[in-house]
Amino acid sequence: MMMKELMTGNEAVARGAYEHGVLVGVGYPGTPSTEILENFARYEGVLAQWAPNEKVALEVAIGASMAGARAIVTMKHVGVNVAADPLFSAAYIGVNGGLVLVSADDPGMHSSQNEQDNRQYARFARVPCFEPSDSQEALDMVGLALAVSEEYDIPVMLRLTTRIAHSRSLVKLGERRLPPRRPYEKNIQKWLILPAHARVRRRDLEERLQKLAALSETVPVNFIAWGDRRVGVITSGVAYQYVREVLPRASILKLGMTYPLPAGLIARFAREVERLFVVEELDPYLEDFVRGLGIKVEGKEFFPAIGELSPELVRAGFEKAGVLEPRGLPVLDDLPVPPVRPPVLCPGCPHRGVFYVLGRLKLTVTGDIGCYTLGALPPLSAMDTCVCMGASIGMAYGLELVDPERAAKTVAVIGDSTFYHSGMTGLLHMVYHKSRGTVIILDNGTTAMTGHQDHPGTGRTLSGEEAPVVDLEALVRALGVRRVRVVDPLDVARLTEAVKEEVAAPEVSVIIARRPCTLLKREPRRPVRVEEERCKGCRTCLKAGCPALSVREKKAVVDDVLCSGCGLCVQICPQGALVGGGVVGA
Amino acid sequence: MSVLSHPDRLDMLLVGVGGQGTILASQIIGRAALAAGYDVKMSEVHGMAQRGGSVVTHVRLGRTVCSPLVARGDADVILAFEQLEALRWLPYLKPGGTLIASSQIVPPVTVLAGLARCPDDVPSYLYRHARTLEVDALDRARACGNPRAANVVLLGVLARELPLPLEVWLRAVRECVPERFLGVNLAAFEAGYNYRDG
Repeated sequence: MMMKELMTGNEAVARGAYEHGVLVGVGYPGTPSTEILENFARYEGVLAQWAPNEKVALEVAIGASMAGARAIVTMKHVGVNVAADPLFSAAYIGVNGGLVLVSADDPGMHSSQNEQDNRQYARFARVPCFEPSDSQEALDMVGLALAVSEEYDIPVMLRLTTRIAHSRSLVKLGERRLPPRRPYEKNIQKWLILPAHARVRRRDLEERLQKLAALSETVPVNFIAWGDRRVGVITSGVAYQYVREVLPRASILKLGMTYPLPAGLIARFAREVERLFVVEELDPYLEDFVRGLGIKVEGKEFFPAIGELSPELVRAGFEKAGVLEPRGLPVLDDLPVPPVRPPVLCPGCPHRGVFYVLGRLKLTVTGDIGCYTLGALPPLSAMDTCVCMGASIGMAYGLELVDPERAAKTVAVIGDSTFYHSGMTGLLHMVYHKSRGTVIILDNGTTAMTGHQDHPGTGRTLSGEEAPVVDLEALVRALGVRRVRVVDPLDVARLTEAVKEEVAAPEVSVIIARRPCTLLKREPRRPVRVEEERCKGCRTCLKAGCPALSVREKKAVVDDVLCSGCGLCVQICPQGALVGGGVVGA
Repeated sequence: MSVLSHPDRLDMLLVGVGGQGTILASQIIGRAALAAGYDVKMSEVHGMAQRGGSVVTHVRLGRTVCSPLVARGDADVILAFEQLEALRWLPYLKPGGTLIASSQIVPPVTVLAGLARCPDDVPSYLYRHARTLEVDALDRARACGNPRAANVVLLGVLARELPLPLEVWLRAVRECVPERFLGVNLAAFEAGYNYRDG
């Protein structure tokens, strides 16, 4: 009997990689891609690794492919920006073992700083692109992508979106088939792209793409489901599911391979239907192509190009287009609007101490990407910028460069994983140019935001093996920083003193605010207690923005289920009304 | 009583605050539905929202399910782990749908810090707009040995409303819950399942 399981798209991609003989999986964590590699790592006989960043991950995968093994590399959409440099060259050189780059895009920005449609990257870098619409397709398309990669000598993109990556649907499980490793033979015309070789590979790439365009006309993942021919819809990814839900009788051209696109198939479909629509999430990527073929098509005037699609948005689009009758929904107009519930730093989070102190010192804070970006939200409100992984350091220096006085009022704040990802080069730049700036590395010993992945500082690898622990202080010193100090981020007095001294110092300094993520080290702790007779209801403790603290009827209240006993509020309370906390038995 | 208005289709939302265990509850529902022969699709929220933010899991059962998302106004049931979240997602409930809501209210940090206000008397709105079953899930879970099992108490209440056999539910709980928490969670499930009996 065939085994069936309910899997997320990410679990299915991992399963697909396992079944289709992938030996090497590399990536950098990032929502919504993270669980692909975590799940892949659990299978027997695979080599799964977190890289410090996506560029390194892709380069390792290119090397593994060159050595003749099948490889996947996983990242979120913005990770492809980091990996873009090797990606564009990899299209020229091609592969030996199959090479698949999984890009997990985040329409609607559930957990991202932007929304970008990475199908554009496939076209830009000239690599084929496959887009699954459910978990079964995700599993199958890994196999297809690997086969195409090897047959057409090209890396392939598998593009997921949040609703594919994090939705569960049924998947049939198969056996692992490990192909024999393809031998590596030296061939610098292929693997070494100096200009003379690149010019040849450039032409060769166009020939490969022409063959791939022919494949796109016949590949079974591009298919027509004929229905009522008054309305024809071209669609891909999760939008296909919404269209089937909303217009179960329409004719559909479902595109699973979205680069190169099948011009002939699209033209044939267009000829057979009265009104032609494209329904796709984010950019009018398919729509522009169809229009470029000289075909009349409707799309983004009815279906938004910003944010996620949903069944109701697709329905609303077809209602606006006159294809569906408007469906009235009950109006709940007397319903009060509940207060927004933004994510918050956890009770006991060591970052809270840092942002409490930075807010009190009224410094300009260039921030970075991680849980700690939440330090920007009220009531902490202690971050001025967030751009991309590693940007905090370069930006702090840019501010200083134009306005040297500002160095004494500015700090860059970056997490440990982010620092290893792309903060080190920025710091090197500061040292090189005699910056007076201050960088705080929030060292919580993990990649917390994405669910606690290991990195070069954790002493463990993705496959669970012990690893050398990078010596962060020595690393920072080796970059040329002389002023390096380690502080407990939950020690308000010492941290305040350290920050004051370092921003005043006339050279670049690094403060390592070190304490493990509170979710990582679950030691039994005593909750903080309120001595009610001392509490004046001054609400000072609430400035730390801890979800375990509130003030009711002019007295502080500690939620003893949530409270981690970190003791930050004990240090903040001017009346000494908050007491206790700490590790049980300590 | 059963909330299953179309015998071949059931749309649900599980809503709550990051960390309350919506994903575990949805996985148990998925397992149980699968064992009962349904096609199942679910959609979850991971990443930043899990840090104490508003979270929602869509769960759809049927003969063949296309969209992993429930459409606004289409949910047969909303299982709310917290009342402000019940209020937030109520427009997803279809007319005549059922709301099963924990009596717990978790004020957002903005409210705790005095930067925003909670509406008064949330339960009365819920009762006015939906067939509402309010459950003191937190107390029931505490009585079972761990307040964190409130999610499974609510799941038990839901299970009683759905046309799936009890054994299927119990097996799904055993398959999804780690061994060391199984005792508490089975007790919590039972407390929820028998909730209506008093």
